[in-house]
Amino acid sequence: MPSNPSSSDFYLRIRRLTKKFGEFTALADISLDVLDGEFVCFLGPSGCGKTTLLRAIAGLDIQTAGTIEQAGADISALPPSERDFGIVFQSYALFPNMTAARNVAYGLESRRHSREEVRSRVRELLDLVGLPDQGDKYPAQLSGGQQQRIALARAIAMSPGLLLLDEPLSALDAKVRARLRLEVKALQRRLGITTIMVTHDQEEALTMADRIVVMNHGVIEQVGSPVEIYREPASMFVADFIGTMNFLAAEVTQEGAAGDGGIRTGAFVLACDTSGHSPRERVTAAIRPEDIVLLDAGDSETPGRVGDSRNTGGPRSTGRAENAAEARNADIAPRGGAAVDATVEYVEFLGAFARVELACAGERLRMDLPIAQVQRFDLTAGSAVRAMVPREAVRLYAGAPPDG
Amino acid sequence: MTESALRAPIVKPKVGRDDWTMRAFIGVIGLYLVITLAFPLYAMMSKSVRDNDGAFVGLANYIEYFATPALTWSIGNSLQVATITTLITVTIAFTFAYALTRSCIPLKGLFQSITMIPILVPSLLPGIALVYLFGTQGLIKELLFGYSIYGPIGIVIAEVFFTLPHAIIILITSLSIADARLYEAAVALRTSRLRIFLTVTLPGCRYGLISAAFVVFTLAITDFGAPKVIGGDFNVLATDIYKQVIGQQNFEMGAVVSVVLLIPAVLAFAIDRVVQRRQVALLSSRAVTLEPRPNRGFDAAMLGFCVLVSVFLIGMLGVCQFAALVKFYPYDLSLSLKNYNFDVMDGGGWSSYWNSIRMATYTAGFGTVVVFSGAYLVEKGRGFRAGRTLFQLLAMMPMAVPGLVLGLAYIFFFNHPNNPLGFLYHTMAILVISTIVHFYTVAHLTAVTALKQMDPEFEAVGASLKAPFHRTFRRVTVPVCLPAILDIMIYLFVNAMTTVSAVVFIYGPDTNLASVAVLNMDDAGDIAPAAAMGMMIFYTAASVRLAHFLVSRHLKRRTQAWRIR
Repeated sequence: MPSNPSSSDFYLRIRRLTKKFGEFTALADISLDVLDGEFVCFLGPSGCGKTTLLRAIAGLDIQTAGTIEQAGADISALPPSERDFGIVFQSYALFPNMTAARNVAYGLESRRHSREEVRSRVRELLDLVGLPDQGDKYPAQLSGGQQQRIALARAIAMSPGLLLLDEPLSALDAKVRARLRLEVKALQRRLGITTIMVTHDQEEALTMADRIVVMNHGVIEQVGSPVEIYREPASMFVADFIGTMNFLAAEVTQEGAAGDGGIRTGAFVLACDTSGHSPRERVTAAIRPEDIVLLDAGDSETPGRVGDSRNTGGPRSTGRAENAAEARNADIAPRGGAAVDATVEYVEFLGAFARVELACAGERLRMDLPIAQVQRFDLTAGSAVRAMVPREAVRLYAGAPPDG
Repeated sequence: MTESALRAPIVKPKVGRDDWTMRAFIGVIGLYLVITLAFPLYAMMSKSVRDNDGAFVGLANYIEYFATPALTWSIGNSLQVATITTLITVTIAFTFAYALTRSCIPLKGLFQSITMIPILVPSLLPGIALVYLFGTQGLIKELLFGYSIYGPIGIVIAEVFFTLPHAIIILITSLSIADARLYEAAVALRTSRLRIFLTVTLPGCRYGLISAAFVVFTLAITDFGAPKVIGGDFNVLATDIYKQVIGQQNFEMGAVVSVVLLIPAVLAFAIDRVVQRRQVALLSSRAVTLEPRPNRGFDAAMLGFCVLVSVFLIGMLGVCQFAALVKFYPYDLSLSLKNYNFDVMDGGGWSSYWNSIRMATYTAGFGTVVVFSGAYLVEKGRGFRAGRTLFQLLAMMPMAVPGLVLGLAYIFFFNHPNNPLGFLYHTMAILVISTIVHFYTVAHLTAVTALKQMDPEFEAVGASLKAPFHRTFRRVTVPVCLPAILDIMIYLFVNAMTTVSAVVFIYGPDTNLASVAVLNMDDAGDIAPAAAMGMMIFYTAASVRLAHFLVSRHLKRRTQAWRIR
């Protein structure tokens, strides 16, 4: 994405969009720009308004107020048949009484193309989605993944300017879904077609999108690249909704940037960037489980404290296990973090890694570790460990932690 | 933030060409319902508050009605007969449906087909059968121990025959949606069979029971055929309307009785709609189908019951057929076809039979087009909510309007000297129009159900591919809904063949119908020919039904490749 797009780069411009169903406000004053050729995901829990927004863009449920411009033209009030888009639904909505090829040809046939033109275009599209031999089958005879590809071929058959995908992969098995994710993304890139996908699956959004629009209760919580959304969640909702997060109720002890800010939770003291928050303010600290570093497994020596700043080479710069051992030798908390003594409550095996739940003087912390490390330190329920929370891993939000 | 201080512009969706076409069609079909249903009903209501010369007299007619005990008696009679019928029919229907869904008896398909027999005959026919069985010269009249069949006993038996299939259909549906897991849980908790029945089975189909009760009650209280033939001196509301209009030419009083009859019908209908809405919420798509387990004693009892009911249903028909073929009952029991010589009887002759076939064919043809298009436009149209809601309301109304009331309303409306549509009166066209309206609701609901089962996004995909709605309608909706469309056709055809109530007021000299001929021949004392004509209706309806079954099966096979059960 260009860093400073001029307004002519925007293919879709949504301004002040509001949609009401009776008294209920499904979309509240939404504004959003989508670049030409961009792949944007609307992500959020069910009922957040993401599908409503997509249907407004398609003209299927026209918004109560606000404007939508597509390719420079105001399409706000147009019925779907006068807009320029292709759409794929979660149900695929393939016409059951027509073969795959007839489905793909459905839009082309009404457009005064010669029969031969239609046939060769259909062949081309079936090739494109990797189903050259399945044209004569009825949808009921195809697998879910194949049906989805046919639906995709039908949606792009007339080379629309905009491709809308409404939870297109949700009805599929996990494996098929993972493969189609890549294929759809590759196809989109090849065609360069501006695409909007609605999903409630964050993994799908993180892997496919150029930009993610996180929505909740009819408003946009954050717009950003997958990395931004994950690493720098703009609100507590986004922090909670994307990935796993430790939330700790805390109080600001010292205002300051990364070097000298600090907070105190019920059990320990953490160093972090507290700029923007005043001392004694009640805040919530958010820490990703994979950011917590295992320093040591074994007998604990000193209680948690604000780590000093003797630099010993950050453990995060290389492998964690090696550095943990190194840190133990040094017997200090490494750069800019707080060391915490804790007991392992239980170890949840999750395949390639394990989620270790730590108890520390009434606080609970979840930490993700590679399986190799869990085995090396022989972590089981009851093990005493020493962990470290790097100061850049802590993000602060005003207010109390979310429920659950 | 000046931008947010400004109000975002309210969007007024542009109405596309498709939308205009759809709205125009909704308007046309809606107008059809207004002219053929709302206007006549209004004409009838207004007639009930006017005198013979058309002057407004307020409630004078109603006061006169309620001051005449001979007339008000009928209210009690109607309620009594309908209530008893409801109790008996629902009990029999529930047991029968229970046998078909929860036991391991053989021949379930055959039993179910047999219970559909009454749908294929006019409601006059069970009355005629009862005359032969229990009348003054009846075959087994001793079984009544001296009681007369002419009166409430006869009416109730005939109504039970007539209403049974409707109750059985509802209860089979209701009993077959049971979730096997509930029963497994109950058995795991070591619950007794009786307790399971009382705590799982009955609550599970309570909406079905309520719905069946109201449907039966409505049918029984509004039916005209059975009390006409077997009622004797026992007057009910439906026969009162007929007598006031045909016998005494007192149209105003006929209108008053119609309004009185309309009240219980509308009430029962309204309650049934509320109940049915709840039933939908009860359905869980993840329910596991219950498979009955063999139980020798129980299965034998159930089989016995089903045989008994089947004998009753077939027996009634058999008696009619026997009477039709006998030379002169009860004196000369030799066989003859002389009762089929309709042309020499008072009642319309063979031409009335052919008229019926024509009428039923037109009704099925035009009716299906009108009903299905209407349902499609209401279900799939965009915007224009007020119009669509109004249409939906109009489509539901006919169910609550008894046939006789509709027929009478047609006299008032179409026979009015100032009505430009008056030329329709007595024609085949008005018979078709009234019959379509009379049976509109069930046909409409069948279409709506089929349309609701379709993926709601077909239209969205069609629009995104720039295909006009009528193309998607023709190429996708109609083929996918073809089974339902055939169901609507057969429903309209069979009902057009058997109906008496609405058409009895509006047929003309050249448009006599078979079902009306049954009524008139019975009235004239030609009971055997009436039975013969009734059986002709049965055979016709049954063959069409069979043809429908074969066509549907063929269709199902041919489209097996794409139909996901």
